[in-house]
Amino acid sequence: MEAEGAKIAKQGTDWRSRVAGAARTLRASRKRIALFLAVVGPGLIVANVDNDAGGIYVYSQSGAQFGYSVLWSIIPMTVALYVSLEMCSRMGAVTGKGLSDLIREEFGLRVTFFVMAAVLIVNLGNVLAEFAGVASAMEVFGVSKYVSVPLAALAVWILVLRGSAKSVEKIFLAVCTVYFAYVISAILAKPDWLIAVLHLVPPHLLKWIPSVRPFVEAPPLSTSYLLILAALVGTTIAPWQHFYLQAAVVEKRVGPRQYAHTRKDVLVGSISCMVIVFFIIVCTAATLYQHGHRDIPDAKSAALALEPLAGKFAKALFALGLLNASLFAASILPLSTSYVICEAMGFESGIDRKWSEAKIFYSLYTALIVLGALLILIPGAPLIRIAVLSQVANGFLLPLVLVFILLLVNRRDLMGEEINSRGFNWVAWGTTVAMILLTLILVYTAIHDPASAGIAVG
Amino acid sequence: MLHVTDLMGAETYDAHGNFVGRVREFFIEPAESANRISHLLLSRGKFQPLVARHDQIGSVAQGNVRLNCGERALEVYQPNEGWLAVRKDLLDQQIIDTSGRKVVRVNDVDLAEQRVNGHVELRILQVDVGLPGAIRRLLQGVASPALLRKLVAKTLPKTIRWEFVNLIEPDPLRRVKLRITHERLEDIHPADLADIMEHLSAAERQSIIASLDEETAAEVLGELDARLTSQIVEKLDPEKAADILEEMAPDAAADLLGDLPQETSDELLEGMPNQEAAEVRGLLQFDPSTAGGMMNPAFPFVGENSTREEVLEWMRKQDINFDQMDSLALLDSGAHFAGVAPVARLFLAEPQQTMKELRPDLRVSVKADAEEKEVFELFDKYNLRTLTVVDDNNSPIGVITVDDVVSRLLK
Repeated sequence: MEAEGAKIAKQGTDWRSRVAGAARTLRASRKRIALFLAVVGPGLIVANVDNDAGGIYVYSQSGAQFGYSVLWSIIPMTVALYVSLEMCSRMGAVTGKGLSDLIREEFGLRVTFFVMAAVLIVNLGNVLAEFAGVASAMEVFGVSKYVSVPLAALAVWILVLRGSAKSVEKIFLAVCTVYFAYVISAILAKPDWLIAVLHLVPPHLLKWIPSVRPFVEAPPLSTSYLLILAALVGTTIAPWQHFYLQAAVVEKRVGPRQYAHTRKDVLVGSISCMVIVFFIIVCTAATLYQHGHRDIPDAKSAALALEPLAGKFAKALFALGLLNASLFAASILPLSTSYVICEAMGFESGIDRKWSEAKIFYSLYTALIVLGALLILIPGAPLIRIAVLSQVANGFLLPLVLVFILLLVNRRDLMGEEINSRGFNWVAWGTTVAMILLTLILVYTAIHDPASAGIAVG
Repeated sequence: MLHVTDLMGAETYDAHGNFVGRVREFFIEPAESANRISHLLLSRGKFQPLVARHDQIGSVAQGNVRLNCGERALEVYQPNEGWLAVRKDLLDQQIIDTSGRKVVRVNDVDLAEQRVNGHVELRILQVDVGLPGAIRRLLQGVASPALLRKLVAKTLPKTIRWEFVNLIEPDPLRRVKLRITHERLEDIHPADLADIMEHLSAAERQSIIASLDEETAAEVLGELDARLTSQIVEKLDPEKAADILEEMAPDAAADLLGDLPQETSDELLEGMPNQEAAEVRGLLQFDPSTAGGMMNPAFPFVGENSTREEVLEWMRKQDINFDQMDSLALLDSGAHFAGVAPVARLFLAEPQQTMKELRPDLRVSVKADAEEKEVFELFDKYNLRTLTVVDDNNSPIGVITVDDVVSRLLK
């Protein structure tokens, strides 16, 4: 019987070796695609959520106020966005730890507590701004905020709690494509594309080339121009993004070997985010700026002002984009905030846990949504004031977070060979210093002259 | 009971009442004693920091340390690789709680003071991972001691006794110097240990796997997320990796190798004994999403005409893990699949009864190239726990067990 067993076993082996050798190759190539898809996502999502309600407002306002002449800021902003996000994704891949974990381990509990408290307050302000965005967008379609905001809050809450992490991410990725609405809006606005693209070079430099000078608009470097630049940078690079991205990279178990994919993901995300910004600015520059609607109090007015200039369809698309962006950010912000805070303070966290296991995590998450939505619904709430304050807080937090990132990413004991190269450090510190300066301008104005800081309102 | 937070920054005076410096760090010398604070680091502003040995500490109180010797008796601080630093290595770091089987973060460290002929010994009792420690860390020196005590009293304590604290030190050399072993981890169920490892960073996971014995390591790797497994194995010393792979079930080993670059996987297969390597190589031929890719080839097949006595005799001699087995696949004289004999029936059977007699009427098997969905449906339809996989000649080549199905379904 033993012999029989051995014979059979041999037969089995023979049969197996006869199977086409191609199976192995097939398996390998399929793996590669699956791996790329598994790793892609965080960068694309995080960069796109950036174009949230506040962002869209600032972009429309800058286009309306200064036309194409602000477009040049897009390229340096793309670099800054990529550089700051890439450092976080690299830290996540190399250390396998979230940004808040690293801050906790290297700077202690007290520092972490204050950073997290700031993150909580700032992000609550941002959540508020997102629900304000939902209210504005739906008002364009004639829906009262007392209907749209509670519905949106409920939808967001259920989506994240009932869906699995994987399906939620798929929905988020699909939502990224809705940003395309802005591309169509811009095309409907019939801009002068050549002149728009030309303005990707700083107009103050272009003026020196005689052959293009007649097409170039270079506004004087006034306070309001600097202020809008500061606001652009401020909404483009937000503190929470860095926490979210690094946590997502860790959660996806991206290791040094898969890191090349993640880097691409972050690069594609940063570029696609800024491409959308380009189209939003072009859209409002070609319409509102050209026709003298230079001051718009909120994003809804930008959509409404579009109607007579670019048609009903453009208006609807613009509002749809705003709704999408607000909902998108409103789903991600509360989630990432509670996740980051719980991780840093050592509470159980993650949507794959049960309520009873991660009470603090879920309570925080719910509280952020409920508070954010409720405050919007208070009749006569000083929304603009709250939003300005949240933007100011954002501004204070960002340089702090960037400094933490730079200190951590350059630690050889944490990062080994993956610390920043010298060139990268120059760009990163340059970005940080520029951010600090721009933020100081923004904060200074917000405190001394809240009315003109209205441009920074989400 | 004292806390490290109470003594951090404490003013230190020598036997003559002269101010020496402030406490900045607590060291343990694991080679001497696992829980005794062996040295205090005293910083003195711009002067070189000093260390006070455990037998030089006269008394301690919150914010205040008194030495039993003069300042001149203290040594100048020299970094020592064999010392564990409480502030740097423990506070705010993640540790493994081996009794609760969880990864937790340390907020504070609780100390016991013990008077030993003329000096005070501080010993680590437990680490604080709950709110009381966090509140102390946050408010020490900010809020009044009375208020702090009141706040702490209101919160639920959450502590882990020092003997259940497993430090995670990625550097193997330092681990040896600090006598950090992972022996206790080997007592944790591999599935729990895998859960714990998913909460750690890559370097920490690596260090744990490297220090476990091959058998435990193989079991843990079998439970881990596939992407983590391949990352870990890739970085292991190839010899150790081959040893671990050898301990793994062939189907798990094949899944793992399939995720690795071709070169690495070939190298590891070379390092394995021929028979195991051949089994795994055979499995690698199958698409992972088919029955062939799910099966384990190391399962017993016996002739349908053999008796219970013969079968048991034969099984005793086999080097196969029978833990998962609840039925035996049967073969007819032409080596074709001939149904299964449930182990429970085998258990109750007379010594001379043949396998044929024990066999239920149901004969289900599946072709190696069947899609995994078909496999799931068969398990569901016939309430199976094991399913035999056959080749084109209807000869059995492996077995799929219900745990493979469950883990696939959960993916």
